[in-house]
Amino acid sequence: MASTFQSALENLRTTRVWKSIFRRGPAITNRTRSLAMFGNLFLHWLPVKVREKSLRVRAAYYLGSLSLLLFLLLVVTGVLLMFYYHPAAPQAYHDMKDLRFVVSNGVFLRNMHRIGAHLMVLLVFAHMFHVFYRGGYKPPHEFNWVVGVVLLLVTLFLSYTGYLLPWDQLAFWAVTVGTNIISAMPIIGNKVRFVALGGNIVGENALLRFYVLHVVILPLIAFLFIGVHFWRVQKDGGVTVRTKDDDGKN
Amino acid sequence: MSDDKQNLEGAQAARRPEVSRRDFLNEITVGALGIAGLGGAVLTYQYFSPNVLFEPSTTFRAGNPDLYPANSVTFLQDQQVYIVRTPEGFFAVSAVCTHLGCVTQWKPDADMIACPCHGSKFQPNGKKIEGPAPRPLPHYAINLTADGELQVDKLQIIKPDQVLKA
Repeated sequence: MASTFQSALENLRTTRVWKSIFRRGPAITNRTRSLAMFGNLFLHWLPVKVREKSLRVRAAYYLGSLSLLLFLLLVVTGVLLMFYYHPAAPQAYHDMKDLRFVVSNGVFLRNMHRIGAHLMVLLVFAHMFHVFYRGGYKPPHEFNWVVGVVLLLVTLFLSYTGYLLPWDQLAFWAVTVGTNIISAMPIIGNKVRFVALGGNIVGENALLRFYVLHVVILPLIAFLFIGVHFWRVQKDGGVTVRTKDDDGKN
Repeated sequence: MSDDKQNLEGAQAARRPEVSRRDFLNEITVGALGIAGLGGAVLTYQYFSPNVLFEPSTTFRAGNPDLYPANSVTFLQDQQVYIVRTPEGFFAVSAVCTHLGCVTQWKPDADMIACPCHGSKFQPNGKKIEGPAPRPLPHYAINLTADGELQVDKLQIIKPDQVLKA
């Protein structure tokens, strides 16, 4: 059985299609293993060789990866929700109600998105605390710490813009209060609030602006910075500064 | 050896114009792109500031003055305004809290206006009793139309001692 599978794999490797995609033989020597990394867009930014200790993981190491997983979950569920949602007043509220009570599995998707967003904020903060208490802001991680702070802010802005979209009383007053905080900025506060809302009150323009920020601009920024963040984790040799381990190994 | 080199460099420096053509063109290009970028930022800001707003009118009629009994505070929910009638006359007080924009409530038993969001309290004339609100509730311009109805202009804020004589 195993040999049948192996011979099928060997046959596959000799086909023209396989060779055109991977261009080289099996990764059996150090050189071909390196080429396997270099020749793949999704692997080429990872180090070709890593120290064994930087692969040793603790439970808290997963906090960042879980945040990424939740982000991807939110992208998928968010795109699915977009198929039933119009960013218009008062239609947005009715669409949200339809998702809960009329659309098949709509309430499941909406709650995945909603609770997933709450969890992501929680996990991003937990990840930040872990990195902070492990000294992960010290050299050589200084730049990646700043990228992480940007990602924290993007996460919070994503949560806040998503808060308005159900267009219910909670959404309306949360954004009324939140954008009034913008007005407290000296001199330009009222102008910034006017541009953010597209008016003087939380109305149709504000809903549309928050929607575009929520589904296009902020996710693109998040993707960009997540890419840099994970790339730098590999290049900096792990999430945090590694001193002597608990078991005495370095 | 080193003297020769210095002489050579000196001669080259003398022939070289103070600003080379390449540096000049670079600076012109960077300057032009800077101006274009600044213009783009201004245009973007203008684009994002709407010129026409489909928001409720800021001027409204509040009905016949006789609707409001003496010494009363009446909350007009649609307009988020209190019409207050005292022995001196009428005035219109904003019902929007000056802290973060919640709509306040008139509490007749306590004779005060209270905000449900963060606990600010005001007198019926808008004066602050306690925070976190930073300012008193503003008074809006109020007058009588030709056919004898009260009219309030929410864009025009007047001093709190101005009243419409009853």
